[in-house]
Amino acid sequence: MARETNLFKDIEHLIRLAVVILVLLAIFLVLRVAVVPPSFGEYGHYRGAAIGEAAARPVAFAGHDACEVCHTDVVEQKKQGKHVVVACEACHGALAKHADDPASVTPAKLDTAVVCARCHEANSAKPKGFPQVVTADHSGGIACDTCHQPHRPKIETTPSETKKAESKTRTEGKN
Amino acid sequence: MQIPVEGFMYPNEVELQWSVLIVLYPFITGLVAGAFILASLERVFRVEAVKPTYRLALLTALAFLLVAPLPLQLHLGHPERSLEMYLTPHRSSAMAMFGFVYLWYLMAVLLLEIWLDYRRDIVVKSQNSTGAARLVYRALTFGSSNISERSLRIDERLGYFITLIGIPSAFLLHGYVGFIFGSVKANPWWSSPLMPIVFIFSAMVSGIAAVMLLYMLSTRLRGRQIDIRCVDKIAQYLMYTFIIDFSLEMLDLLQRIYEADESFRSLDFMVHTRLWKSQVIVQILLGTVTPIVLLGLTQIWKLSETARKRIYVLAGCLTVIGIFAMRWNVVIGGQLFSKSFLGYTTYKMAFATREGLLIAIALMILPFGILWVLVKLLPPWPDAGPLLATGVAPARGTS
Amino acid sequence: MDITRRRLLVLLPAAAVAWKYVLAGTPEASPNYKLTEHWWSMLIDIPKCIGCGSCVRACAEENDVPDGFYRTWIERYHVADWKIERPDVESPNGGKQGFPPNEIGGKNFFVPKLCNHCADSPCTQVCPVGATFVTPDGVVLVDKTYCLGCRYCVQACPYGCRFINPKTNTAEKCSLCYHRIRKGLTTACCEVCPTGARQLADLKDPKDPIHEFLRTHNVQVLKPHMATGAKVFYNGMDGSVR
Repeated sequence: MARETNLFKDIEHLIRLAVVILVLLAIFLVLRVAVVPPSFGEYGHYRGAAIGEAAARPVAFAGHDACEVCHTDVVEQKKQGKHVVVACEACHGALAKHADDPASVTPAKLDTAVVCARCHEANSAKPKGFPQVVTADHSGGIACDTCHQPHRPKIETTPSETKKAESKTRTEGKN
Repeated sequence: MQIPVEGFMYPNEVELQWSVLIVLYPFITGLVAGAFILASLERVFRVEAVKPTYRLALLTALAFLLVAPLPLQLHLGHPERSLEMYLTPHRSSAMAMFGFVYLWYLMAVLLLEIWLDYRRDIVVKSQNSTGAARLVYRALTFGSSNISERSLRIDERLGYFITLIGIPSAFLLHGYVGFIFGSVKANPWWSSPLMPIVFIFSAMVSGIAAVMLLYMLSTRLRGRQIDIRCVDKIAQYLMYTFIIDFSLEMLDLLQRIYEADESFRSLDFMVHTRLWKSQVIVQILLGTVTPIVLLGLTQIWKLSETARKRIYVLAGCLTVIGIFAMRWNVVIGGQLFSKSFLGYTTYKMAFATREGLLIAIALMILPFGILWVLVKLLPPWPDAGPLLATGVAPARGTS
Repeated sequence: MDITRRRLLVLLPAAAVAWKYVLAGTPEASPNYKLTEHWWSMLIDIPKCIGCGSCVRACAEENDVPDGFYRTWIERYHVADWKIERPDVESPNGGKQGFPPNEIGGKNFFVPKLCNHCADSPCTQVCPVGATFVTPDGVVLVDKTYCLGCRYCVQACPYGCRFINPKTNTAEKCSLCYHRIRKGLTTACCEVCPTGARQLADLKDPKDPIHEFLRTHNVQVLKPHMATGAKVFYNGMDGSVR
């Protein structure tokens, strides 16, 4: 009997330590329940609500469908030329704010020297069939929209002049 | 600041992600693991000769372990969220396991072992000291002042068992750091199954060297005689461990050179240019080959005690510097080349920022400050003054 | 007020025009969207890319991408003759302002790069807390309220598409404009691409043109040996592309 009491006394320090550890563990478990976000684990090892939050962000580009609802005249123009595949905002920039409230935001006038050159300035890495010019030789520095209407870029002249213009553009694109 | 790039790097790769603090972290945990292994040499493998360093090794391990999380916290973008690693650890991530391995090693192994080994001294001091120190010692007793023979024997048995678990735990603590790097398939400088093993062995080397140096320095500062048998033995273990470590690293290198896969050309160029000083000169020549040769000399020739001590100090210092260089070459080196294998960037280490050189230096000095406090609180010296107030046989670790 | 026929004749067209303006605004997230019914991917047609940089600029504007970091970028390759293991590659400011003209021979082309939204994504595997994840509809996202900024994911990505946003100190990357595709729009980069080199695709939609395209063209993914399950498919990609 005396030996057993002694045993308890002899391991008392270990028992005290064990109790402290268990208390800390309990605190941790409570913390876990309290602090971990409720949607965590909904779809996988992440906060499920993050998906909805990512989806709810406002957009900056309206998308060409939104422009075409109002600007039908431009749509008709574009349909007649190669730029039909180019989205409005590719040149005009992000205009969701304008689409939401047209009066509040007026899109800025574009500088064709910059905007057109980005696609059409000649570069050895651009696909050979893509219309590209060395603008210094092609236009001598004048603005592109002096001759080209950006929504329907091909210059309408007589059939033979059109043919000559087309072949000129093609050779200028070759390196 | 403009970072000079040679060749082509993916645009987001130019600025390094992991800084000198992430070099510090494996270095520090390496010292911890190594110091602990040295301590376990005596406790588990009954190498009597290294007994004088037993307690010092444990306290060194603790001092460094307490500092280890600091470089990580300073590096995180959101240190206030680091609790998430405990609350929602992602089980597929080696880094997530850090929190638990660290906590396990700190609480279940190191603190427990130190407490059990010192408990007798703590109880005695709680009765003999005064003021704030007394409060500290009383808290450390957990309210139990029983230091009967039986309780001490139970402590001894438990301590042995804990050291036994502690050895694989120490390997785990530092091996997983190696795995954090070694498992990144995107980075051919890191991706290797040898990484955890190389890390463990270099950790052992740095830890053993550090404890040896600390023992020699502290004994000198206290004006006592260095136990030359002890230091001889430690130096011997250092040499053997170093040979294994060096062989592993050379094996990895030789295989890479021979196979010369896609990444090799890029890595080879990087080593010859950007890493030449830190890898070839500092890590390999000065930090590995020289210490091995120096230690080898003491094994081959019978040199005088003074000569041996001087060689040990030199070899020890070079070793610690060399292992730091190894961490640098792994962490920083792994980020200097592009994953396109077409270019290289530069590491611009800031000075006074959150992840700069100043902080790195401070973090390296801090463990010594902590060690000083620990040594005052729990003196580890084999020839320590009168602790034996109750006339009971002296506790372990004292000779 | 009496609703006379006259009033109606005026009111109805006016209402129709007004309704048009209402419709013209940006759409809300579709309420019928089921996560498991979609598996998003992208198709990039390299012979069509002209390196104009519109995609890089649009992405930066749509997603508030800070300067010097790139959710998408364009690389220009120059391959001299048979040296496909050593191409010359450049990406000035990620291709944001296009590329300066040059007159070099050999083989030259542009390669747009972005997050590959890997099905077996290594970045997701290494995230210690679950801040980056693959959604049930196949998009790899970052939860920036949960991210610690440990940068492990940035190290683990073989494609270099991740970075740390200096404003939020969290990891960031292409989100496949998740906020847009949930509203039935296409991604910003695909919207502005003038040649259709970039196309968003839903692999679970049987009517999506990608299925026919994949059947009839030779396509690749980047770094297939990494087995990441990348879902950005490149048509006409040269062997020199890294």
